This record gives sequence, C-alpha cells and structure tokens, in this order.
Amino acid sequence: MPGSETTVVMTPVVRDESTSGLLRELVAHLRQNRTQLREEWARRITEAKLLTAMSPEEVFAEATAVYDNYLEALETGSIEALETYARNLSERIIPRGVETNEVVGIVLLLRDVLARSLFAKYRRDFEQLDHILDAYEPAANRIAITVSVGFVQERERVIRQQQEAIRELSTPVLPVRERLLILPIIGIIDPQRARQLTEQLLRGIRVNRAKVVVMDITGVPAMDATVANHLVQTVEAARLLGATVIVTGLSPEIAQTLVNIGVDLGKMNTVGDMQGGIEEAERLLGYRVAPVVVETAAAAP
Amino acid sequence: MTVPILKQRDYLIASIQAALTDADLKHLRDALVAQVGDYRSRGVIVDVTALDVMDSFAVRTLRDLAHMTRLRGAETVIVGIQPEVAFAMTQLGLRLEGVAAALDLEEGLAYLDSRVKRGGMTRQRLEG
Repeated sequence: MPGSETTVVMTPVVRDESTSGLLRELVAHLRQNRTQLREEWARRITEAKLLTAMSPEEVFAEATAVYDNYLEALETGSIEALETYARNLSERIIPRGVETNEVVGIVLLLRDVLARSLFAKYRRDFEQLDHILDAYEPAANRIAITVSVGFVQERERVIRQQQEAIRELSTPVLPVRERLLILPIIGIIDPQRARQLTEQLLRGIRVNRAKVVVMDITGVPAMDATVANHLVQTVEAARLLGATVIVTGLSPEIAQTLVNIGVDLGKMNTVGDMQGGIEEAERLLGYRVAPVVVETAAAAP
Repeated sequence: MTVPILKQRDYLIASIQAALTDADLKHLRDALVAQVGDYRSRGVIVDVTALDVMDSFAVRTLRDLAHMTRLRGAETVIVGIQPEVAFAMTQLGLRLEGVAAALDLEEGLAYLDSRVKRGGMTRQRLEG
C-alpha cells in the first residue's frame, strides 16, 4: 500500500570527530564484553517476564542478533540495516503473540544493560563518562525508537491485511424469488473461504427451501485446480440437499484454465452471465416472465 | 433396529430414525428392493433426516439401493440429508452419483410425482 506507510523521519545526526571516536571506543568495549553482556541482557529479559511466548533458546538467539545489529547501528550511525532487521523480527514474532510493550521493554533493557557496563568501565573518570554518554544516549534512543516503530508498523500492516481478508470473506446468500438463491462471489477463493462459502450456501438452501442456486463468479479473478474442485464439491453438496446449482460468469481466462487443467465440470450447469443464469433458474422453477406492455396494448383499443 | 417401511400410494417410504448398523442398512436395502416388486411401487423415498453421520458404507448402500430399485422400475430419492452431512460427504469424496436427493419428505414426494407423471404420459401415448 503505497503512501499509507508512515516513515520515520530522523534528523540526520551531525557527528563530529570526537563523537565518532567515542562511539568507536565504546563499541569496541561492548564488543569485547559481548558474551557477558548478552547473557546479562537475556537474563534480565527473563526476569522481567518478557517474551514469554518464546523459548529461552529462541530469546537468546534473537538477543544475539539484536545485540550485534545494535552495536553496528551504534558504530556506523546508520539505522537502515537495523530497520530491516526490526521489520524482519516483527514479522516473525507478531504471529507468536508478542506485544508492543515487550518489544519496547527488551530494547530499553538492552540500552540499560549497555549503559551500566559503560558506567562500570568509566566510573573513575566522570568527565570521560559524560562524553561517552553524550555520544551513546542519542544513538541508543534512536535505535529504540526505530525498533519500536518498526514493530508497530508491522503490526498495523498485519491488521490491515486481516481486515482485507475479512472483507473478502463476507459472501451473501440472497433470495431473489421463492426457492431461488443467488450467491455472488467476489475475490479470491482459498480453501478456508470455499469451506465457509459451502456452509453458508447449504444453510441458505435449508432456510429458504431453495431449489435452484445461481452462483456468480464474475468477481473471481483467478482459479486453479484446488478452487475448481471446491466448486465441484459445493455443487455436489447442494445437490444432496435437492438444489440445483447454476454457475455463471466464467471469464474466458478461467474457462481456458479449467479446460487446460482438465477439471471435470461435466456435471456442472454453467451459463454465460448472471442474467442468463437467473433466466435458466426461472425456467427450471417453472416461471415464465412475460412483458406487461403487450397486454395493455392489446386491451387499449 | 429395523426401519419401518410405509406404503403410500405408488411410493414406499422408509424413515430412518436412529443410527443404523451395516447389517440394518443391508436389511433395509433388501427389504425395499423386494417390496418394490411386491407393491408394484413407482418410487422409493429414504428419509435420513435423523442421521448426523453417513459413512462410506451407508452412502454406498444407498447408492446401490437406488440403482437396484431403478432396475426394478422405481425411482429412489434420498431426502433430508443434513447440511453438515452433505458437507462432510463431499469433503470425504462420498458421492451419490445418479441418485436423486431432495430437501425433505415433501420435496421428495413432489419430485417423484413429477417423474412418475412424465413416465405415465409416455405409457399413455404408447397405449394410444
């Protein structure tokens, strides 16, 4: 979805020589103590009862990756790699039910763990510590913001995706005449939707005591063997309830695909468009639609 | 448990009231095929409204029943298949090919009436 994504605008950080030097120095220190600090961080994550949806091994593996990306971002000042990683990480952990507060929590914990380590190292030289923190804090805060925003954006993307899926799922079964239902299908049919569709149709047949159903698939963009078989199954299930299904609106592309895959649609009653389908259904039900105009014209003189 | 078979005009109606064993099903099939001849019936209705499960044996037996009665001159229609059962049957690939199905007893009778009337007309024409 172009345009709807909010991009994080970061003011470019003006780094003078001394800041870069300090950052390099502290990154070197953090690299040296990588194993110990990483463990400390993982321990604090567990203590704070964060990421409970993941196993300790997984937490540790992710912690390692985040730690390395974090140091890289600190060193180079470039957050692009970290952004990509954060998006990637979010993609993996959102389905596991990881919450926003957990993600923000672990990033802040890492920030604290590293800051503590810096305190410990420079405790004797307060002026130096001051400089180091001046360099460290803005960089660390930016990283925390990047990761959290990345997570939230990813979550919003998932939510949008799901909303779309739900919209696509709503397929109405509509009575048009006594004993005649229409079922317009719009959008992609996947196995789950095909199942829901069949259930809805069967319920509709039962409730309306329908004899004929016109299923219009003009709005279905593509079809493969699986979907075609679902359609055949739906038609068969409806027949078991004593209803005839007329399928309408097969596009030339779909017709070609079906013939090419060799799906057996012999038992299916197909008509070109929905109008033709309804006319055929009326014929099956014994209706005859006649124009009223003729009668009045005959009665007029 | 045996299924009672009712004779109604030209039709035989068997209404299954509870889950049947394979032996019961076979018995029902044999009884219906025999009685079609005895009563010179033109149609058979098997009501399965009470069944919430239909396994492959039941489906096959009903299909065989329909084909057998047709050979003996009577059309069979299965009525009252529950939506869930219909769905499960198609999922499992259990098909009632060449067997008529209707929503309920009333619909089944209407279906048979339309079929038999047509058959009757042919006979009249042949006699005339």
